[in-house]
Amino acid sequence: MKRLSIEEKLAMDAIKPQAEPHIRLDAGKCRECALKPCLTACPASLYTLDPGSGDVKLEHAGCLECGTCLALCPADLDWSYPAGGFGVQYRHG
Amino acid sequence: MGSDVDRVDLIIVGGGLAGLACAIEASRLELAALVVERGDRTGSKNVSGGRLYMAPVRPLFPDGFFDDAPMERAVTHEQLVLLSPSSSLTLDFTSEAFRQGPPSSFTVLRARLDRWLGEKVEASGAFVVPQAVATELIRENGRVKGVRAGDEELLADVVVAADGALSFVGREAGLAGPLEPAGCALGIKEVIKLDPARIEDRFALLPGEGCARLFLGDITAGMAGGGFLYTNTDSISLGVVIPLDDLAGRPADARGSHELLDAMKERSEIGPLVEGGEIVEYSAHLIPEPGPDRRPGRVADGLLVAGDAAGLVINHGITVRGMDLALASGVLAARAVGHAKKAGDAGAATLSEYERLLAESFVGKDMQRHAHVPAFLERRRLYERYPAAVCEIVEGLFEVGPDGKQRLYPRAARLVRKTLLDMDTLSDLWAARKL
Repeated sequence: MKRLSIEEKLAMDAIKPQAEPHIRLDAGKCRECALKPCLTACPASLYTLDPGSGDVKLEHAGCLECGTCLALCPADLDWSYPAGGFGVQYRHG
Repeated sequence: MGSDVDRVDLIIVGGGLAGLACAIEASRLELAALVVERGDRTGSKNVSGGRLYMAPVRPLFPDGFFDDAPMERAVTHEQLVLLSPSSSLTLDFTSEAFRQGPPSSFTVLRARLDRWLGEKVEASGAFVVPQAVATELIRENGRVKGVRAGDEELLADVVVAADGALSFVGREAGLAGPLEPAGCALGIKEVIKLDPARIEDRFALLPGEGCARLFLGDITAGMAGGGFLYTNTDSISLGVVIPLDDLAGRPADARGSHELLDAMKERSEIGPLVEGGEIVEYSAHLIPEPGPDRRPGRVADGLLVAGDAAGLVINHGITVRGMDLALASGVLAARAVGHAKKAGDAGAATLSEYERLLAESFVGKDMQRHAHVPAFLERRRLYERYPAAVCEIVEGLFEVGPDGKQRLYPRAARLVRKTLLDMDTLSDLWAARKL
């Protein structure tokens, strides 16, 4: 079976992206965070380190709304569900 | 049931199995119920591994209620695969008993199942409000009176929080602490489309029958948890479940969790099973698996909590259940609301009828019977040592080398001495007596 990248897998999902991010990072807290568990734990791989600044970046549009980052974030992550009618809409589930 | 949506007997937050079952039962008891669902329709936000145990649930629903439910396949083959890094042992159990009477369990896809159940809810006279996120509880003198969804205020005598693993409603009410890694696992799944005839050939299934295959051992990159494969009607659900504590405890350069399924498919035992299939969906979901000391509260003034939100999941290692508990707790929550309405009081003391109903049902009994399991499953050797040790012993059974075949007993005895006969194993066995 052909191996798909995570971006290709997410492209299979029906996601209605909300312009306004439903997860907000606090750049200062992220910089101080030694563990940064979000980088390897997010199943959609939406958290990356900016190669230039070293800051944690989030691509919220591919979010599967699982809550893994919310549970793992050592800081008080600002996380809420996308507004009604937005976000992932599973067709199989 | 009237058309007065301004004030209902109960507002149910979340159109999953708990919430929808609650609405069905509410209608049956002639209570006016309204389901607030954040997805485009019921099921849009819902994911499960994919197996629903119906046997404990059927008695709670009117005869034949689930007869036309869009189940995928009745599970007639129970399979367990123990993996070492380079070998594996597959157990495949089937029984004619699985084919007699209504099936005990089915594979399911939640978008289909929950959509069907949502239609049943609307046919029963209850309302489903889609694309609405319950953002806040409305309280009066400390008592829950409804929820705010966007600009709307929805009022009711009782709010039932059936809002899933993250349960912001239950947390806002103070019935659960902040979401924490402990007692939580991440499930990641691909739905892989495959022709029904190929599924049946590949897994040696009769038409309409299905298998549930669990993978234990070298499948989770050294973390606890395991993998699963369920056959659906025309797709395969392939997934992995990892406790969040394990996921968090890895070095920063560890492989991303999204690569776990790719690694699974690289195994020679798994790749061929999905070959020729096409990934049609990629999903992830948290699974609450709280130990007895971490279970959220379920009753407050004007509020009940059901399903995943109430931590009603039993991971017994081999059988992992949440959906049957969700359905049952939803039904029982509606009955408790009925009880409160008759009593004319929706305070916690009256609503604690819910606790009584849960305790006397299979939900309460199973939660109690299996309370020691979460702690047991934290024992690393279940994942790191035993599956590989079993594979090694079995390898000796089948091995014929250039020097012919070695005697079985000395090799097996040596392996058992080396890998299974020590204080650790004795400690695991001692702990296993509580299972």
